[in-house]
Amino acid sequence: MPDLSGFRFTATHEWVETVDGGARVGITDFAQAQLGDVIFLEMPEVGTTLKAGDRFGVIESVKAASDLFVPVGGRVAEVNGALADAPERVNTDPYGEGWILRLEDVDEAGASLLDEAAYTRLTT
Amino acid sequence: MARRTPLWDRHVARGARMVEFGGYEMPHLAVRGRAGVFDISHMGEVLLTGAGAEASVQRLVANDVARLSPGSALYGVMCTEAGGIVDDVIVYRRLQGEGGSPPPEDGFLVVVNAATREKDVAWMRAHLLADTELTDISDRIALIAVQGPGAVDIVAPLCEAEVRDLRPFRSTGARVAGIDASTSVVSRTGYTGEDGVEIYIDADRGGELWDALLDAGRDRGLVPAGLGARDTLRLEAGLRLYGQDMDESVDPYSAGLGWTVKLAKGDFCGSDALRRIAEQGPPPSASPSRDGASPATVTPSATATARPGRSPAAATPSPSATASRPPSSTRGSPAATTSTSTSAAP
Repeated sequence: MPDLSGFRFTATHEWVETVDGGARVGITDFAQAQLGDVIFLEMPEVGTTLKAGDRFGVIESVKAASDLFVPVGGRVAEVNGALADAPERVNTDPYGEGWILRLEDVDEAGASLLDEAAYTRLTT
Repeated sequence: MARRTPLWDRHVARGARMVEFGGYEMPHLAVRGRAGVFDISHMGEVLLTGAGAEASVQRLVANDVARLSPGSALYGVMCTEAGGIVDDVIVYRRLQGEGGSPPPEDGFLVVVNAATREKDVAWMRAHLLADTELTDISDRIALIAVQGPGAVDIVAPLCEAEVRDLRPFRSTGARVAGIDASTSVVSRTGYTGEDGVEIYIDADRGGELWDALLDAGRDRGLVPAGLGARDTLRLEAGLRLYGQDMDESVDPYSAGLGWTVKLAKGDFCGSDALRRIAEQGPPPSASPSRDGASPATVTPSATATARPGRSPAAATPSPSATASRPPSSTRGSPAATTSTSTSAAP
């Protein structure tokens, strides 16, 4: 189990890790397990500005599709391009290589975030 | 008169009791093991080729096939103008150079259910766009599924491609068990909720492949399994079955398959009705709806158990990650659940 002490979570099963004024965003291990094998991801364009809770994409597995919502607001600085060819990284390493977005100009207004303990209670 | 699959004589030789399923006689062995091998040659395979093939498939199927890279597959439904489900299918974008059948880059293979094959082919022909050739190759293809936690370990040593690296819903052309065939495609798909593969091969080579698989799997507990077992396996995995969980009186949202409907891709068969249903819900009488239950009522519970391990057509009859999301967002996307009937193909 990776160290998730620096991560925060949403009730919709995304995570956010703030680093150096920016933030990385992905989906949780619980979410990837529920979805099953991920085969497609729709991601926003770099430069898009989002508010906390905005829908930013869609993730699709062999058996389900799900909207993705940003835990915090910000400007999309980077999307994980490696996922286009290797979407299974979301399954195999959801908190690492399976990250989805990197945000800059992070804005936590309106964000509703859970710490690891609270998220764990939600999903067990 | 019941039809027979290319492997019929082998099933009978093994003492299988043949029963009818979708118009075919099949062995009725409800066997579970470390791995099972299934003759699913009854599935229909429909080839779409020509410059208009992609546009035609986009019109026929509610999912967005533009996203498919060569060799990859997706699950989808075909819908009537009223939004009812004609059939659920697996669509493959064919591999470059696969099977030597030109022109490979514009080919799609649609795998349909056996019981609806004739209806599907007629409906597909009636809705094709220009420059598309449709060929029903069902009778030329044997389809054998090897499913179970040990399936890949049994098939991999027989395969001239690295099956262990094949991701879910991907396929690759490869000789299996040294059998030369014009079509020989291994696909990481299934309909049991277990990991495994499905192998498409020329009908007249299917028997050899069946024998080779059973030989190779004998020491690993591989057993021949029938459609009875397949049905209980798919049911436990929460995978839907056409004719039982859906038909032309049911729209994909009501069937819990709204996630496969991509309204944003533009117009396609049934899109007007589906757009209306997505926005307003099914009208009381006009639109297909099984029993008036509200669409996508499959209630996801966030507590469902996650299944260990990866596998195509995952096993939890379950909730997607969106389980606890607000119920407001576009119907269909978050409602998700299961799917995947059928199988894959060349």
